[in-house]
Amino acid sequence: MDTNDLRVSRRGFLKLSAASATLAAAPPFIARAATTDDERAPVTAKVSLEVNGAPQALVLDTRTTLLDALREHMHLTGTKKGCDHGQCGACTVLVDGRRINSCLTLAVMHEGAKITTIEGLGTPERMHPMQAAFVKHDGYQCGYCTPGQICSAVGTLDEIRRDVPSHVTADIQARASLTRDELRERMSGNLCRCGAYSNIVEAITEVAGAGA
Amino acid sequence: MKPFTYERATSPAQAAAAAARTRNAKFIAGGTNLLDLMKIGVEEPDHLIDVNGLDLDTVSPTDDGGLRIGALVRNTDLAADRRVRKDYALLSRALLAGASGQLRNKATTAGNLLQRTRCPYFYDTHQACNKRLPGSGCAALGGFSRSLGIVGVSKACIATHPSDMAVAMRALDAIAETVKPDGATRRIPLADFYTLPGNTPHIENTLTPGELITAVTLPRPLGGTHLYHKVRDRASYAFAPVSVAAVVQKDGTGRLAVGGVAHVPWRVEAAEAALPQGARAVSARLLADAQPTAQNAMKVPLVERTLAAVLAQAKEG
Repeated sequence: MDTNDLRVSRRGFLKLSAASATLAAAPPFIARAATTDDERAPVTAKVSLEVNGAPQALVLDTRTTLLDALREHMHLTGTKKGCDHGQCGACTVLVDGRRINSCLTLAVMHEGAKITTIEGLGTPERMHPMQAAFVKHDGYQCGYCTPGQICSAVGTLDEIRRDVPSHVTADIQARASLTRDELRERMSGNLCRCGAYSNIVEAITEVAGAGA
Repeated sequence: MKPFTYERATSPAQAAAAAARTRNAKFIAGGTNLLDLMKIGVEEPDHLIDVNGLDLDTVSPTDDGGLRIGALVRNTDLAADRRVRKDYALLSRALLAGASGQLRNKATTAGNLLQRTRCPYFYDTHQACNKRLPGSGCAALGGFSRSLGIVGVSKACIATHPSDMAVAMRALDAIAETVKPDGATRRIPLADFYTLPGNTPHIENTLTPGELITAVTLPRPLGGTHLYHKVRDRASYAFAPVSVAAVVQKDGTGRLAVGGVAHVPWRVEAAEAALPQGARAVSARLLADAQPTAQNAMKVPLVERTLAAVLAQAKEG
């Protein structure tokens, strides 16, 4: 036997200690029965999507979210992973024209769907009007939430055009007007920890005005 | 997340049969709640049956003048439907008070009905929770319970149902239509759909194994003023400590359901008889058997005040 096997490095010792501490702290009721389920092999499935106008045929672990398929398999890293639980909106993309959280949906659920990410909206040379307006109005600081904000803003204006009301629409039977309050409410699923909200609203307002 | 096999359903009956036949299978539609829970190990299905391809995504009139809402109609589309906005405005209002624009685009009618509680102890797999792991206890009882239930609670569970939509549908006497694995269909009034926690908080409704919701029907329009008032800690994108869905007629009579206070959308028909007497009388009957914790006792007056606000708004028309 190689004596090295018996040696425990300082790092290894810390790992062991942490593991036993966790075990000791865990009350017995949370122990999960060790079943063969835990050893189930990953399952793969085929899915074909159209992403930013290009067909994509993928074989993915069924657990792969649309977000991870975009970032890890198609290397479209413009779409960001923030919370991965639908709370922050950084992963917002347009699926068949509608904004959704790409972290809370599986890639295999989107056979035949048309996905538009921030890379598909515009390019640095040829920006989408919403991208240009965010630049003009300084609608970001660190920029991490920005791709999600922009995709969500594009989806928001489309929803207003399609006569979707919101929580702040005073008369539910009338068409919503393009007020700051409407935009703030409709964009509440996109968090910006830098706090660029006021400039984001300015940017969306400008694009909405131009399109009206 | 645990690995799982995946299939796309071809018909509602096929989906129900597959769910009954396959061990530990779950339907997936919008997926916004299920995947969230799968990522943290609260839900661990071995098999997912994707029902998104089924032809259940339209809103259509029923023979008796009501509306049939397909199980897959997205929350955004239901809230925006012109018939719903005109005749069932409290339902539009409730839908729009929930979640975010992105989530409403994905979330479905049936999925919204079947949302799991947001009790923090249900979400934390290191905590005791009789709903997640029957028999393990309830860490919420002696824990942070401000957001949790005050009425219809049990010693085993004080979780609340998180849906806004279901509160409005309960007030409207909506009916869930289902198909069972043998192909038989049935209609379940929402009054009989949700169950109180009792000693079995892991059971949340009266659906049987494999049974799939195919639609929700609304009765013919009720008239009156339609209101949904949601109180919350921030102005948007937050669950309700208390919400009230109400239809109030010109003569002061009406119907209402309360959200955020119980394991089910809370409706007490006997309390509605007190509507002409005002919020205090209604609230007293609604919450006659309330058993709040020290942390959520504020919900008792909050229900009365939210009701008062709703009744004042109803008077303005």
